[in-house]
Amino acid sequence: MSLWQFILQNHTEVTQLTLEHIWLVGISTLLAVAIGMPLGILLTRCPALRQPVLGSANVIQTIPSLALFGFLLPAPWIGARADRLAILALMLYALLPLIRNTYAGIQSVDPSVLEAGRGMGLTDRQLLFQVELPLALGVIIAGIRVATVFSIGLATIAAAVGAGGLGEYIFRGLAMVNNTVILAGALPAALLALLADLGFGWLEKRLRPHDARHGSYASAAST
Amino acid sequence: MDSSAAIEFRHVSYHADQGEAILRDLNLTVHRGEILVLLGRSGSGKTTTLKLINQLLRPSNGEIRVAGRALREWDVIRLRRMIGYVIQEVGLFPHFTIEKNIGLVPKIESWPRDRIRQRVEELLHLVGLDPQIAARYPRELSGGQRQRVGVARALAADPPILLMDEPFGALDPLTRAQLQREFLELEARLRKTVVFVTHDLNEALLVGTRIALLEGGRLVTLNTREEFLRSSEPLVIAYRNAFNPDRSCERGGV
Repeated sequence: MSLWQFILQNHTEVTQLTLEHIWLVGISTLLAVAIGMPLGILLTRCPALRQPVLGSANVIQTIPSLALFGFLLPAPWIGARADRLAILALMLYALLPLIRNTYAGIQSVDPSVLEAGRGMGLTDRQLLFQVELPLALGVIIAGIRVATVFSIGLATIAAAVGAGGLGEYIFRGLAMVNNTVILAGALPAALLALLADLGFGWLEKRLRPHDARHGSYASAAST
Repeated sequence: MDSSAAIEFRHVSYHADQGEAILRDLNLTVHRGEILVLLGRSGSGKTTTLKLINQLLRPSNGEIRVAGRALREWDVIRLRRMIGYVIQEVGLFPHFTIEKNIGLVPKIESWPRDRIRQRVEELLHLVGLDPQIAARYPRELSGGQRQRVGVARALAADPPILLMDEPFGALDPLTRAQLQREFLELEARLRKTVVFVTHDLNEALLVGTRIALLEGGRLVTLNTREEFLRSSEPLVIAYRNAFNPDRSCERGGV
């Protein structure tokens, strides 16, 4: 049976697994943004925290994914449901690019712009929300892009703990020694990753109208 | 207390974190409506002096009074909004149009939108720019245009005091001369109290009502332009010699 036939015959299941996959990646990335961005901002305010926080996030990244799923299994509440476990693991992996890029994005804001802003009487909050975050946004989106694309690949492992997603086909295919079934999981996952990469890449460009490297005068004027 | 004083330094010193003194026992009064030039070479403490006024830095010792009130009595945000600040790098917000750059403080102060637009147009006229420039982004402007916008932005909320840190230092000589001239015309109309930092004696003599010469964190002399030209203070003489083209020609140029 060809891959195409397999997908057509099982299109409800393929759709469901794809949606599960998107859900796992979406929720975990959103959580990573919600935790990673404030942490990144905090690092720009308290440089002493930089080493420990970035160090910990780095260490998490080095844990092999299967092992991380295993470590989390005995955790209360989290371990009770496979999707919670998968989301937590994916979120932990996505943290590093988000913390790092938020921090780097804000650090890269021209110091003279900050000095002028502070000198004209912007409060810390105004400086953060009107100046630092908008100027860092392109770099932050780049972090979300990396995290998402990476998570889409990683989420296939979530099927190993029964969290669903396109990894189901991959593990099933491996067990059946059936390449068609493996591909039915791997191909949609690869397409998702590609789409996410293109989408965030486009967004990244759009959000930097002020940056001379991107967009023309015309696009800057239209935003 | 002197009622004509806009800014007063009393025994002010400033140490960096490591403890080395950048400014030592500074006593200085800036009168209302004058342009006081802080002249000195790099590391003389002139920029530090400026940043102490709008509290970007806090003095280690001594007292600074602005408009008759000690700095600790001021809310730092209120204080900064009544002090315009212009720096050499300009520091325009690259993600804002010129209009938003100039109108930011009025917007934060919740001026009505029409009044902000009107004010932006008025200010662009004032600094000699075409109001059509309002919709552009900073990167689309030349260096001279950007610094004009920087001055317009500093003037937006009509602050009585203006701090300028080598505002024309990064411009080519022709543009610099033009902006200096326009700045003097502007100042003749607006009568702001200006503290102006420069290392260029010619600029100091051109714009300054009085010139404070700083060296190694100390105030060496405080003179009017005429007094400065006659002064027998060795450092003043050294400055005059360094900037006197005839002398430097005699010695084969610098």
